[in-house]
Amino acid sequence: MTSLFLGTLQRDLKLAFRRRSELANPLVFFVVVITLFPFAFGANAELIQLLSAGMIWIAALLASTLSLDGMFRSDYEDGCLDDLILASSPLGLLVLAKILSHWLINGIPLIIVSVLAGLLLSLSADTVLALCVTLLIGTPVLSLLGAITVALTVGLRNAGMLLSLILLPLYMPVLIFSVVAVDNARAGLPYTAELYFLAGILVLALTLCPLATAAAIRVRMS
Amino acid sequence: MYKWIHQFGSPKYFYDVSFRVSFWCGVVCVIFLLAGLYGGLVLAPADYQQGDSFRIIYIHVPSAWMSMFVYMVMAVSGGISLIWRIKVNEVIARSAAPLGASFTFLALATGSLWGKPMWGAWWVWDARLTSELILLFLYLGYMALVSAFEDRRTGARAGAILALVGVVNIPIIHYSVEWWNTLHQGPTVTKFSSPSIHTSMLIPLLLMWIGFMCYFFSVLMIRARAEILEYEANASWVRDLVNQSAKRRSI
Amino acid sequence: MSMQEFLHMGGYGFYVWTSYGLWALVMVLNLYFSRAREKNIYRKLKQRIQ
Repeated sequence: MTSLFLGTLQRDLKLAFRRRSELANPLVFFVVVITLFPFAFGANAELIQLLSAGMIWIAALLASTLSLDGMFRSDYEDGCLDDLILASSPLGLLVLAKILSHWLINGIPLIIVSVLAGLLLSLSADTVLALCVTLLIGTPVLSLLGAITVALTVGLRNAGMLLSLILLPLYMPVLIFSVVAVDNARAGLPYTAELYFLAGILVLALTLCPLATAAAIRVRMS
Repeated sequence: MYKWIHQFGSPKYFYDVSFRVSFWCGVVCVIFLLAGLYGGLVLAPADYQQGDSFRIIYIHVPSAWMSMFVYMVMAVSGGISLIWRIKVNEVIARSAAPLGASFTFLALATGSLWGKPMWGAWWVWDARLTSELILLFLYLGYMALVSAFEDRRTGARAGAILALVGVVNIPIIHYSVEWWNTLHQGPTVTKFSSPSIHTSMLIPLLLMWIGFMCYFFSVLMIRARAEILEYEANASWVRDLVNQSAKRRSI
Repeated sequence: MSMQEFLHMGGYGFYVWTSYGLWALVMVLNLYFSRAREKNIYRKLKQRIQ
């Protein structure tokens, strides 16, 4: 069972590295969105810092929604999803491997780039730290919730639009707690409470989302 | 009990019963709504703080209750359809969504119309209104997803999963929005929460609520009936039904 | 209570009656479209079968 989990993970990572240029797209998008904000609000450093947490998080939400689009698409097109259902391992576990690989490929680089974005917006070291921690806890939730929605919408005519329509409202709690945490850090206040909330959401998502995704794949492939 | 469930799960039986349900629910709905409107608009005294504007609660509060109740109906029915693959439940879940969305819309619109004289603004980022808005987005997402499928059954079952995901998410969303709200605006006493409500104000509210419930079930049956005809277009009972329609009741 | 007073609603007439009007509109439209859809589907079935 473990070997199948690791095998799926390895396969997905390998496939992703073969398409390196595609990998970079969501990241470039992330940076471009962040650079748009100062142009929209003026290069007033104080104002930008005030808005920075929200800006970076909204950019992260949009970028992760974009990157999710490809999560199951190739598997859907070449029929690998059928193989997944027929595999001897529980489908939820295999799905978890796919989600983990998606997070490793998209989440981790996003966190690294967000440090850069923090420098771009001249945030303090504490704020950048808080930002990284919230992204570290929050982006797996985005991948987990996204997996359900992608499994439901993959292969439909307007899948991309549907995906963001369904997904963005579900992201609301993560956005709220993360942005408040970063804002607290910027103001020099403690933000452990928010991190606990985020961690709670992550645990809940980690237990339920793979099962829901597996159910969604079964519905789509039946 | 089991036999009854089994019977109700048969599309033909459901179709036959739905006429009676929608008719009687419609009758009860009209009676209760008229009584509730009379009680709410005429008999109930004006609120000592809010004047006559409080009369909006007689449609705002039942709409808000219904918006959540309908979502539960959708999710429970969807869950049943996922587990036991009962067609009738698929049909009920997908027929409930537009009704739930319209109740949510009503709760938002009347909340806004109430908020204008009370808060002085059409929209305030009040926790309840914001949650209601997100609920509307969830309904719209569900409807978009279900209608995106060519195959009705796959669409309904995909929607059922989404509705269940939503049920787990709604409390979290509501809690996070409430938490965010107290943080940003201070503990504002919302005009929507009235700790002790006078009996003469409460009774019309309950009457209206029963009226809303009956309305929902009545229209739900009409919608579900139409859907089930489409689902079962090739079944023999539908053919018999249509062939005999000259003799039977005219629709 | 006179009719005028009733319609005036203590100065909140616009808000109260817009709310109730919107509500009535949504309720009636929901019912109307549901019935229309049912009839439509039934008619199509009839054409197809007969």
